[in-house]
Amino acid sequence: MIIGFRLNGQEVTARVDHPASLLDVLRDQLGAYGSKNACEQGECGSCSVLLDGELVCSCLVLAADAEGSEVTTVEGVAPEGELHPVQEAMNRVGAVQCGFCTPGFVVAAVDLFERNPHPTSREIKEALAGNICRCTGYGAIIRAFEELAGREVR
Amino acid sequence: MTTRTGRRSVQGGIGESTIRPDGVPKLRGEFMYAQDMHVEGMLWGATTRSPHPHARIVSIDVGPALAIGGVHAVLTHDDIPGPGLFGLEHPDQPVLAGDVVRYWGEPVAIVAAEDEDTARRAAEAVVVEYEELEPLVDAEEADARDEVFRRMKIRRGDQEARGSVVVEGYYEVGMQDQAPLGTEAGLAVPDGNGGVDLYATSQFVHVDQQQVVEALGLRPEQVRAHPVGIGGAFGAREDVNLHIHLCLLALYTGRPVKMVYHRGESFTGHVHRHPARMWYRHEADENGRLVRVEAKILVDGGAYASTTAAVLANACYFAVGPYKCDSVAVDGVGARTNNPPCGAMRGFGAVQVCFAYESQMDRLASALGMDPLELRRRNALATGDRLATTGQVIDTPLPVVEVIDSLAAMPLLVDEPGSGGDLPGGSGLTTEPRHVRRGVGYALSIKNLGFSEGFDDYAQARVRLSPEGAIVETAAIEVGQGLVNVLAQIARTTLGVSRAEVRHVDTSRIDSAGSTSASRQTQLSGGATHEAARRLRQRILEHYRADDLDDEGVWRGDTLVAAWDDLVRDGWEETVTFRHPPTEPPDENGQGKMHADFAVAGHRAVVDVDPELGLVRVLRVDTAQDVGKALNPESIRGQIEGGILQGVGLAVMEELVLDRGRIRNATFTDYLLPTILDAPDVEAILIEQEGSWGPFGAKGVGEPPTISSTPAVVAAIRDATGKELNRVPVRPQDIALEEEVAR
Ligand code: FES
Ligand code: FES
Repeated sequence: MIIGFRLNGQEVTARVDHPASLLDVLRDQLGAYGSKNACEQGECGSCSVLLDGELVCSCLVLAADAEGSEVTTVEGVAPEGELHPVQEAMNRVGAVQCGFCTPGFVVAAVDLFERNPHPTSREIKEALAGNICRCTGYGAIIRAFEELAGREVR
Repeated sequence: MTTRTGRRSVQGGIGESTIRPDGVPKLRGEFMYAQDMHVEGMLWGATTRSPHPHARIVSIDVGPALAIGGVHAVLTHDDIPGPGLFGLEHPDQPVLAGDVVRYWGEPVAIVAAEDEDTARRAAEAVVVEYEELEPLVDAEEADARDEVFRRMKIRRGDQEARGSVVVEGYYEVGMQDQAPLGTEAGLAVPDGNGGVDLYATSQFVHVDQQQVVEALGLRPEQVRAHPVGIGGAFGAREDVNLHIHLCLLALYTGRPVKMVYHRGESFTGHVHRHPARMWYRHEADENGRLVRVEAKILVDGGAYASTTAAVLANACYFAVGPYKCDSVAVDGVGARTNNPPCGAMRGFGAVQVCFAYESQMDRLASALGMDPLELRRRNALATGDRLATTGQVIDTPLPVVEVIDSLAAMPLLVDEPGSGGDLPGGSGLTTEPRHVRRGVGYALSIKNLGFSEGFDDYAQARVRLSPEGAIVETAAIEVGQGLVNVLAQIARTTLGVSRAEVRHVDTSRIDSAGSTSASRQTQLSGGATHEAARRLRQRILEHYRADDLDDEGVWRGDTLVAAWDDLVRDGWEETVTFRHPPTEPPDENGQGKMHADFAVAGHRAVVDVDPELGLVRVLRVDTAQDVGKALNPESIRGQIEGGILQGVGLAVMEELVLDRGRIRNATFTDYLLPTILDAPDVEAILIEQEGSWGPFGAKGVGEPPTISSTPAVVAAIRDATGKELNRVPVRPQDIALEEEVAR
């Protein structure tokens, strides 16, 4: 079947032959490689996208269910050539190592700061508890978002 | 004539926390990982794996797989044009199993098809008839049957020496997985002339290239391995896995072939940290000075050699820790079983023994009624001393006492249990604050830096000048640690220019940088970059009889004698192969100068425990670490925080659970990884003591954070609970129930 949705503001269509996930369609058919596949079980958050403004693991969403919706991936959180404040904050404090978790953290943090521009440390951690990072130990990620939240940095 | 207005200082040199150049592309989702590569006309590969840990292959029928539309190739052992064996230390592992499978998940056939789904279906359609054999899954039984990869014997000093205070213990370490977030992935592209270009997850492209060449009977110039973007490594990328398969499929089909392991396949497709069993006896005098240490160390290497010999050696060489002792006996065994193969993981043998010797030091302190840090201070190893095991005189800075003093001086920054809602059970209200018990524990560690035992360990780097500034060319893999930062920083400071960047080149264009492991690249590739930049600057200055080089060009006094563009046009470049001080293999008693350098670290953990439910919350892990010279403090902090959390993972949650050779929890649902809610606060003191042979005196920093963080956390749990806890990971039932792992 052919499905259509808006990806980062652009109309796209994709052919879905088998019960493919939204993540598979993004990566393999639409060439949007920003969202990562690290577990395909909803356990790591690397594939996080906004589906009609709601934060989801795209590996758990059937592509067919994205029909007619607005999908925002890491590639779409900031205009071309610019960084979202969330990305800037992570860049400044060294919150990126291998970077494989980074797109997921960016999308999850964009969602958090849209809902709550001044989260507490605890709110930051709870919002990001579904995102696994194997490299940083999360310290720099927490510092980045505490700074962005305008809180005193430890 | 240009007149100089005054010398600018170099921006972005060593000592600065420069922003990494690959940060923005990674943040935007534009960075190209091995998983993201695609070329026109490529096929997808997949692997048929053994469902048995040990079996004879009776027959393989590829017919049903080949009959599926879109399948281009189904290859087995018989299709390999060459010896078909690989291995990091010696080639004992079949590219595809022939007569026998020796571990669960061993590759038996490989497939190439039009798309990923078809390839996976075809891999499942291969019909393999097995005759199951009894798997050997117990390392002690393997030892008894002499199924071993290596035995180690270390004897140093008077073997009759005896102390008045004796503690004995038995310890176990479970099988940890590196679990890098990016799984194994790669693309092989045939060149049309019988050769192939390989782009795959790696820590060491030259050794991948060499193994492809040898396994497939190719000529070295036919295979080029390219560094590519990689989502973490931690040791899991040191061994070959899909590399030879990809090249074989690409050469056979004449088409580019891509393969990506899914998470479950990744757990079976790479080596793990060796599980270990360790028996220890420490003897001290009444003042707490170590008189004798005896240890028996048994690590399970699994079915194939990988790096078991080197991991075992490391475990034995560091079996006493950063302490002085003149009477030592260590026996080590690297067992061969039908368990999953084990190899490199961050800490490489030093992790397992550190849990044991630090547990012993705490037991000894309690037997002596002495403060655990005071006991460690009394025995602390220092520059000029001999390593207790090998007798090697330590001739680089070794700030063990400084690490202890720094840890002791750090304030204990923790609130009351339960304040802020951070209880062992999380926010699920499972734990009652009044039941929470707090504990504090310490541990120290020592680890070698670079490769040991006489291995010719070197790294090549090239520095050349381009319109964009200085370029550092290297095949050293960036796994996430920040090598792209630090090599550029070294080049900037050494050349005196502020524009420098790192470019990765393939195996045909530069000699080996060695492995991105053993905490070695800052020292080795950094050393090569430093020396190349130093010589290049010197040659340029001599050529122009000048006295300075900067972003504008070459200066003689206030006169610019050659502009940067002129230098670029003249093609100035310098290539250097850097070696660390030579090491040697051990003698028959395990004695000798086996190591080029050492690093020490110490950790202090603070935990809250709910003893009824067996739940642990690690509140803080503070650390002092010997770094030589901090070239990029923020990168080091990132290594420290990341390494500590992997150590915390081993302490309280991470273990691959085996059932007669089969991994029971090969998913992120069942293999528990620390989340942001599990991450302790970390305060880190970097101890700088110059004198090491690394560039500007720098030491490697990647592994020490992972080594002593584990025993520090367990010591803190013991402090809170009074339990013996002789096995990691510590599970809830180990705390809440009575039984110990008794031996
Ligand atoms: S890949 Fe979707 S949550 Fe891990
Ligand atoms: S930076 Fe590597 S997983 Fe987060």
